[in-house]
Amino acid sequence: MIKFENVTMAYRKDGNPALNDVTFEIADGEFVFLVGQSGAGKSTILRLLIREETAKNGTVLIDDINIGMLPQKEVPKLRRNIGMVFQDFRLLPEKTVAENVAFALQVLSKSPNEIKQTVPAVLDLVGLLDKANRRPEQLSGGEQQRVAIARALVNRPAILMADEPTGNLDPDTSVEIMRLLDQINKAGTTVIMATHDAGIVDQMRKRVIEITGGTIIRDQARGVYGYS
Amino acid sequence: MSPFMTRVRFVLGEVWQGISRSITLTIALIATFAISLSLLGVSLLVGSQVNEMKDYWFDKVEISIFLCTSGSDTATCTNGPATEAQKSQIRTDLEAMQPLVAEIFFESQQDAYNRFIERFKSSPISANVTPDQLPESFRIKLSNPEEFITVVNKFTSRPGIEAVRDQRATLSKLFSVLGGLQALALGFGLAMLVVTSLLVGNTIRVTAYARRREIGIMRLVGASKMALRLPFLLEAVFGALVGGIIATGILSFIKGYLVDQVIATSFTFTSFFGWQAVVSASIICLVSGTLLAFITAWFGIARHLKV
Repeated sequence: MIKFENVTMAYRKDGNPALNDVTFEIADGEFVFLVGQSGAGKSTILRLLIREETAKNGTVLIDDINIGMLPQKEVPKLRRNIGMVFQDFRLLPEKTVAENVAFALQVLSKSPNEIKQTVPAVLDLVGLLDKANRRPEQLSGGEQQRVAIARALVNRPAILMADEPTGNLDPDTSVEIMRLLDQINKAGTTVIMATHDAGIVDQMRKRVIEITGGTIIRDQARGVYGYS
Repeated sequence: MSPFMTRVRFVLGEVWQGISRSITLTIALIATFAISLSLLGVSLLVGSQVNEMKDYWFDKVEISIFLCTSGSDTATCTNGPATEAQKSQIRTDLEAMQPLVAEIFFESQQDAYNRFIERFKSSPISANVTPDQLPESFRIKLSNPEEFITVVNKFTSRPGIEAVRDQRATLSKLFSVLGGLQALALGFGLAMLVVTSLLVGNTIRVTAYARRREIGIMRLVGASKMALRLPFLLEAVFGALVGGIIATGILSFIKGYLVDQVIATSFTFTSFFGWQAVVSASIICLVSGTLLAFITAWFGIARHLKV
């Protein structure tokens, strides 16, 4: 359970709050779109959840734990429970697909046995088992995003957050990525996706939280993007 | 391969990537460590040499009280050669100064002549010297050579004594030159260590920039602070260790070749520091270099790696 209670963030130079008195809840296993224009505050919500930022006012809770009050040394543990995917994939170019995924386990000092078993399983899940030894540059954009999703999932996080994951992809590839995210969600992972891709939001018919100028203006189950 | 070894191999692989990606910087880091630690080591060796020479010389150091001869022309000798009364007074006074005065030896004119002839036997000067030209003297050894000034003060400007010579006075000049050299090397070494620590900070900044993708991902997947810092710490310590090993090589060269083969063959009047001094100087260099690298890296990273 994720809870934002009257969260306000004021870090923008123009003085307008990045988030202004934002309150919402996301239940375990939900699929939620955060929509709105660039700079509306979508990414800020994601950054608050992984403690890249702390709220000026209000509380951010995950499973009743106050993320803003978390001691610094607990922050890595928080992040192990949240997978993160970005528009620009953020893969390591000199590592293979399998190595990129294994990297997330290696930096947590997981055992070689666990790595050997988990990496192929998660690559199979995203449909890239046959490309395990390719390098990112040898893959299409959609495939690279699948690697990033595999890496985000490999530690079995309860929450998967995606910031504009289809932003660099063509519509057909975007649909494939959305199918994958939907499949991951159906397996029990909470998925929060920030996007301004209207077509995808309209097609998926999931819960939509719309933000403008740091304020939630709409929270709708089975919503659409809302802009013409 | 054991799980532990696999982890070690992973971390070392990351470190190696960091090193090879900024290879010129790593070389600069190693070179400055090598230079600054060598200077530090040299200053330690000079220090050992000073101590070695003090041990060697102070054992042999004696105070000589030269008595007036017929040819003396100093103010204390206006009444001609030292009288028997003056000599026995000096001896009594010296004996009263025990235990500071450990040994008293009287050198007669004939003894002095024999010693002179022995020393200059190959020189034509020995043919023109007669025993009566050379002064009689008291040769004194002190139980504590540091207190020579007490004896010097007591006998200087006493009638019948031409001069009081302390060999330490001559040696003190030599020691102060060596001490100056040691301070100079130490000063350069410490200044270089400051430069080195600045370079460690700079290396970390560049490495942090070169590894920003990895660091970003590591933070995202929840790597601990230590896991983030370790590659940087290891890289800095690696530079310090390699630099320290080079410095150890340079110090060994100084001892094994410069000192033993070159200097020792031309300067036979003293003994030189042994390999023990090289070993302890090397250990000090390696340890202090590694510590410096670790500490600077630790605080250097803190500025660049927010968890």
